[in-house]
Amino acid sequence: MTHQLNALLMVVLAINLFALGTSRILALIRIVAFQGAVLAILPLLVHQHLNAAAAVVVLLTIALKGFAIPAIMIRALRDAQIKREIEPLVGFLPSIILGALGTAFSLLFAGQLPLAAQHSGSLLVPTSIATVLTGFILLTTRYKALTQVVGYLVLENGIFVFGMLLIESMPLVVEMGVLLDLFVGIFVICIITNHINRAFSSMDTRRLVTLKE
Amino acid sequence: MTLGLILAAVVLAATSGLPGVLLRRSSDWGQRIAMWMMVGAAMAGLGGAIGSYGADQTATTAIPWLAAGSPVVGVDALSAFFLFPILLMGGLGAVYGLGYWPQSRHRGNGRKLRLFWGLMVAGLTLLVIARDGMSFLLGWEVMALSAFFLVSTEDYRAQCREAGWVYLIATHVGTLTLFAMFALWRWATGSYALQPAAEGMSMIVKNALFFMALLGFGLKAGMMPLHFWLPSAHANAPSHVSAMLSGIVLKMGIYGLLRMLSLLPSPLPIWGGLILFLGVVSGLLGVVFAIGQHDLKRLLAYHSVENIGIILMGLGLAMLGRCAHRPEWVVLGLAGCLLHVWNHSLFKSLLFLCAGSVVHGAHTREIDRLGGLAKVMPWTAGLFVVGAVAICGLPPLNGFVSELLVYMGSLQGALGGRAGGSGGAGGSAVMLVAPVLAMIGALAVACFVKVIGAVFLGGPRTSAAVNAHESPLSMRMPAMVLAVCCIVIGLAPMAIVPVLDAGIANWAPDLRQSPSSIGDLVPLGTVSTMAIALVVLVVVVGIVLVRRGREAARAGTWDCGYARPTNRMQYSASSFAQMIVVMFNWVLRPRMRMPHVGGLFPPAANMHSHVDDAIMDRVLLPSGRRIEHSFVWFHRFQQGLTQHYVLYILITVIVMLSTLIPFGEFLERLFAP
Repeated sequence: MTHQLNALLMVVLAINLFALGTSRILALIRIVAFQGAVLAILPLLVHQHLNAAAAVVVLLTIALKGFAIPAIMIRALRDAQIKREIEPLVGFLPSIILGALGTAFSLLFAGQLPLAAQHSGSLLVPTSIATVLTGFILLTTRYKALTQVVGYLVLENGIFVFGMLLIESMPLVVEMGVLLDLFVGIFVICIITNHINRAFSSMDTRRLVTLKE
Repeated sequence: MTLGLILAAVVLAATSGLPGVLLRRSSDWGQRIAMWMMVGAAMAGLGGAIGSYGADQTATTAIPWLAAGSPVVGVDALSAFFLFPILLMGGLGAVYGLGYWPQSRHRGNGRKLRLFWGLMVAGLTLLVIARDGMSFLLGWEVMALSAFFLVSTEDYRAQCREAGWVYLIATHVGTLTLFAMFALWRWATGSYALQPAAEGMSMIVKNALFFMALLGFGLKAGMMPLHFWLPSAHANAPSHVSAMLSGIVLKMGIYGLLRMLSLLPSPLPIWGGLILFLGVVSGLLGVVFAIGQHDLKRLLAYHSVENIGIILMGLGLAMLGRCAHRPEWVVLGLAGCLLHVWNHSLFKSLLFLCAGSVVHGAHTREIDRLGGLAKVMPWTAGLFVVGAVAICGLPPLNGFVSELLVYMGSLQGALGGRAGGSGGAGGSAVMLVAPVLAMIGALAVACFVKVIGAVFLGGPRTSAAVNAHESPLSMRMPAMVLAVCCIVIGLAPMAIVPVLDAGIANWAPDLRQSPSSIGDLVPLGTVSTMAIALVVLVVVVGIVLVRRGREAARAGTWDCGYARPTNRMQYSASSFAQMIVVMFNWVLRPRMRMPHVGGLFPPAANMHSHVDDAIMDRVLLPSGRRIEHSFVWFHRFQQGLTQHYVLYILITVIVMLSTLIPFGEFLERLFAP
């Protein structure tokens, strides 16, 4: 089991680096959607004994993160008529290097943590920390409103991976609640994005500075 | 039953603005419905308040409403006492609004004004009938927030917005203090219920409760160092809102203070002394600042500070009396305090309504741009004179009666002290009240002579004053009701003795044994007789003068040889006040901008004088600017970029997480061979 799990987590880590390196927003949305879908399979591998509840969560997560949310965002992207993130605070190559450093750090760090025996061989914790760091890098260095949304999604994915450690004890309702929050959050942000675009004729969040008192 | 009526009034008042919100903007019906609902609420509530005197006053009812913590309400003599002015003014103000703020001319904000007017009256009523901390705070916040929206009714004017913000900050500081106070109250007594606390409360807790109450309620009452929000808020609100703010909302600070002081066991003498001192400062400085004002409503606002001072003097006297076990001080001081609460809410509302009529008729609040309004607005002028005589504490009106009670109380203290009684230090402190009160009275007379002389007498100074017109009946009628109340209390003060006695007995239950009624201590009958005699004398002299029918001769006064004197050359309000302003230069510090006039043909020039507020303009704004200046470097961190803020969150999270990591062990293992 751990082998398949680690293989999937490696994919997630690779997607992180790809997300940091791409300038095309459409590709970014798609790859993060793919990341979400890959992550959704994780419970099947982590869970010791499968049940209907876990299956429902898996299906719902794939439906939301893999299809519904990307669909909303791609629609917002089309409305805004933009294609690329230009001039981020930190360039794309430096971002990848930062992300790689973060991944290395999280691998080192997680190695030192006193984990439960059943998680000792898996990459769950380092992947989680690395993904959260990736999300933060996206959030702090990109200026387009939609890339920011993607940053939040990646951040949430990292937290989701961490949740795998607790999957045995986390009630279904909590999972559903988190998913619903995420969905509503993205939905609202995409609407706001559209409004930002219309009011400032740009998706650049730096324009929002003019709203400051 | 009585409580049911009052609760019905709360509901009726709270919903009075809703029909108007649902109706069309252009329709007058919303305003009429709101007016009738407010009048209905006032009738029901007043009926309930009167009925409560016959019913069991200690009874309380819990409303089964979990979201608000099952509020407990009840009507005792103190609640009922404060209910009268609230509901009277709530109803009258709605009638006044019909003429002053008609929906047809104020389409943009008329509906908002009426909605929050109803909500404020509901909040005020809930506040005084609340018997636990939660419902008290609920009523308090509803009142405070509706007042914010009422102050900023004309939010398209920058001045109005600024006044609203200052008010909001002040009221929130007060509410925050009250939250802390009720939390401490719960911790000390075990519940939020407003029941007298047990004797064994520790000194620190008692002092903390008192000072928090003084700060929280004092901010609302507008006593002197905490009055900074008051002048601009009162000046910029619509006039009936100013009347409500000044007449009623300020009194809620007094109500809260009275309520808390009646619940705290064995008060310290220093509390009474402090309240007395604050009263003296507010009273004296309030009237002095009032004299320096050029804006009619701002001037009246400073007079509110003065009257709050007089009310606090009465309260301080009562508090000192409780410590010194002098029931006559308590009775006289508290009777003065309570009666002045009523009186001030009557005559100050009356004055603000008249000021509203002036603004309505002449479209300006600047005293020096008015003049001669008595000829075009005789009703308003007459009513204003009634209010002015009352506020100056002159017989035969109501202000005289309440000030007389405070005078008598302070003289009792002085006499007791000299006779070697138990007055002691308290007695000599109390003695100070009488001369201060006399001085306040004299200055108030000077101030209102200035106002009446400049606004209503003389000739019109500007075209605005020439074109002024009398206000409609819907605006005069509420003012007339208030004036009649002032006259009735002035001429027959015996009528309100039972209400006052009940209030005093409720406030100081330890006095119930001693049978000192306010009627036994003060010869109210004589006051009444003399007041009536004075009225008769004035009427007779008036009739005689009219009979003689001497026509007033009209001639120009000697005007320094100017060829073409104009009405602008009249003695202005500022020049009238000049002498007193100079006398109080040390506290008023008027700013003068005087041009140099020289040469044979000097060019046109103008002179400008202004009196800054002592706290707002000289303490708060400069210190705020200094704080802002010393934090300029912080702007680098606050640039409005979400990315930066996320980064701050990340850094905070990492720093907080890193406190959990055993770094020493970590490094040891990392570099272990």
